[in-house]
Amino acid sequence: MKVAVLQFPGSNCDRDAYRAVKGPLGLECDLVWHKQTSLAGYDAALLPGGFSYGDYLRCGAIARFSPVMEALVRFAADGRRVLGICNGFQVLCESGLLPGALVRNNHMKFVCQDQPLQVEDSDAQFNSAKLGSSLTVPIAHGEGNFRIDEPGLEQLRRNRQILLRYSGNEGNPNGSLADIAGVRNTNGNVFGMMPHPERVVEPFHPNQDGLKVLKAFFSLN
Amino acid sequence: MKVKVFVTPKATVLDPQGAAVNQAMHSLGHTNTSNVRVGKTITFEVNGGDSPEFRQKLDKLCEDLLSNPVIEDYAYEIEA
Repeated sequence: MKVAVLQFPGSNCDRDAYRAVKGPLGLECDLVWHKQTSLAGYDAALLPGGFSYGDYLRCGAIARFSPVMEALVRFAADGRRVLGICNGFQVLCESGLLPGALVRNNHMKFVCQDQPLQVEDSDAQFNSAKLGSSLTVPIAHGEGNFRIDEPGLEQLRRNRQILLRYSGNEGNPNGSLADIAGVRNTNGNVFGMMPHPERVVEPFHPNQDGLKVLKAFFSLN
Repeated sequence: MKVKVFVTPKATVLDPQGAAVNQAMHSLGHTNTSNVRVGKTITFEVNGGDSPEFRQKLDKLCEDLLSNPVIEDYAYEIEA
């Protein structure tokens, strides 16, 4: 499996993601600049965290019009795997590849902490039997408050598109609807999540729960 | 022509920024305020005249880029 980690101006978790995919996961991986117009030769694409285009207008709103995004839309339509982490999740929502939107945290503060998450039984790869019922993965965002209208939420529930929910003693860190921390599309090949799995993969990290998430995403488990 | 686009959070979407501003207004003594919503104004100039085709293009621009229809509403004013 060969993975493309997309780089937008302002991405800042691109190298962490690259390292996680190449090192602990042991997959082939390239950093792909946003001006590229083709993703030929890749099996999966990862949109990393950061502040693409300085979060101008709305988070992810301008990255959505980067040249590589046209290729990404075709890539996703072909059934290839696409994962957006944090700002990458915001870009995927803005581009319509994932439902909903992410707005300012309800308390207006940037949150940066280890976050307990509940794993939802979403599909054959992403479920509590494979990942364990709970994980601890860092979050670091100011706009992670997931919003969708009532019929949209009902559809997410019905199609088991919710991947992860915020849990733990402190509960929901940003006011996200239904405690949603990550979702997938109906086809099950486009994933988005606010937590940063690439930050918990190495032996020297606080835990290695991120490996479970990434393996589920790349269908390696 | 000059175009002014006003983007506001949808009435059904919680606006944490508006809530914080409302709180600040209350602490300044303006305790009779409520339902503060914070949006943005985007202004630009366009060559050419107003027409139904132009408004159609402008709506598309507002829906595609200037606002996110999932969470925001927009309105505009056109000045000749």
